[in-house]
Amino acid sequence: MRPYRPKDNVQKKSYYTDRFWVAPRIPEEPVEDEIFKADLEKVQESIKIKKAYIQRGQLVIFIDAKDNVQTLKILKEECGYDILSEMSAIDYLAQDGEFEIFYQLLSMSKRKRVRVKCRIKEDAAIESVEPLFRSADWSEREMYDMFGIKVNNHPYLKRILMPEDWVGYPLRKTYPLHGDEAAQWYEVDKIFGKEYREIIGPEQRDAAYISTTDTCNFARIYHEVPRCADPNSEPEQIESFNEDAPLVETFDLKKSKIVDKTR
Amino acid sequence: MAQHQVNSLANAGLPVALTTVDKLVNWGRTNSLWVLTYGLACCAIEMMASGASRYDFDRFGVIFRASPRQSDVMIVAGTLTKKHAEFIRRLYDQMAEPKWVISMGSCANTGGMFNTYATVQGVDRVIPVDIYLPGCAPRPETLQYAVMLLQKKLRKRSIFQKQKPKRLV
Repeated sequence: MRPYRPKDNVQKKSYYTDRFWVAPRIPEEPVEDEIFKADLEKVQESIKIKKAYIQRGQLVIFIDAKDNVQTLKILKEECGYDILSEMSAIDYLAQDGEFEIFYQLLSMSKRKRVRVKCRIKEDAAIESVEPLFRSADWSEREMYDMFGIKVNNHPYLKRILMPEDWVGYPLRKTYPLHGDEAAQWYEVDKIFGKEYREIIGPEQRDAAYISTTDTCNFARIYHEVPRCADPNSEPEQIESFNEDAPLVETFDLKKSKIVDKTR
Repeated sequence: MAQHQVNSLANAGLPVALTTVDKLVNWGRTNSLWVLTYGLACCAIEMMASGASRYDFDRFGVIFRASPRQSDVMIVAGTLTKKHAEFIRRLYDQMAEPKWVISMGSCANTGGMFNTYATVQGVDRVIPVDIYLPGCAPRPETLQYAVMLLQKKLRKRSIFQKQKPKRLV
């Protein structure tokens, strides 16, 4: 855990985040647990395991991507890990040029969790584990939708979240949050056609956007003008106030000071 | 003897009320705005609350319909995703003229906090909007006020006047 630091002076500093703070890694412990040791040996009989350790009480196994079905089959049928609670991928393309795919398994009888991890190249495909675990059906479709990882022998490999004619894979680190060009014009292109792009205009993504020339939708910042007035119009020059109002002192414009700058 | 009370001072003693066709038709139109149920996200909960007994939308003649062919107003309540954009346009096109749109809540107005690739940044990119209703989510009173503003807008309109082509149409 990060040590607690008093935050009394936070407002006076421009920022108080520590730029050199490195998130602590969860320690990797050797496999000493009896049950996990037995499971690991069982898998090791037929599968080449690259690395194995225990993290937060869960066994983590690194394998080759081509062994994924065989490993999960052994873990399911011989070791009793009968639930695939989660599977997806992690984008390490910038770092290593690879995706990391993980399968999170749960054994209800042993009350243990195992995570199987493997790495594949960007253009490589992985074998489907859907015949072993039905829950992998939608997870693999989501992985295909969000990362563009092809899954061999999947019964129905189709985008699950995004529309079918979507371009790009949104969960990749290289995908911009506001979408690429195809994403930004998606609804316009689809409904009206590309020639309507000019009529509708680009998306307004600035939440604090104020137009100084549009007097129909925005108030003028420095002085008020009537609605939809000419944006270049000057404010009316007021000559005098309350000239003949009773009991009110006449306001002298010459004594007043006009501020030329606002905050 | 008359069964009802006759006020001989009003309308020259005749049981007659004078008005214009515009006012008569607009009176009927504004008091039976049937609404297309268009709940997309959490704003739909507020929309349902407005329809339920406490706020009682029926008092305004607002009845929720599940068909675009029977409704006059579309209340877009919630986040419009890009995947759904073509369907909202299709349902809008299926509504019979004259038709109006209330954009309910921040997400429908501008995309709201969903400043991402998958959200339409305001339903007015897809369908023309008459009333923008701010809030996240707006209270039922706000939705009622929006409907009352829409009624006010309709009362000013001549019935023979063609609905002005709005943006995007």
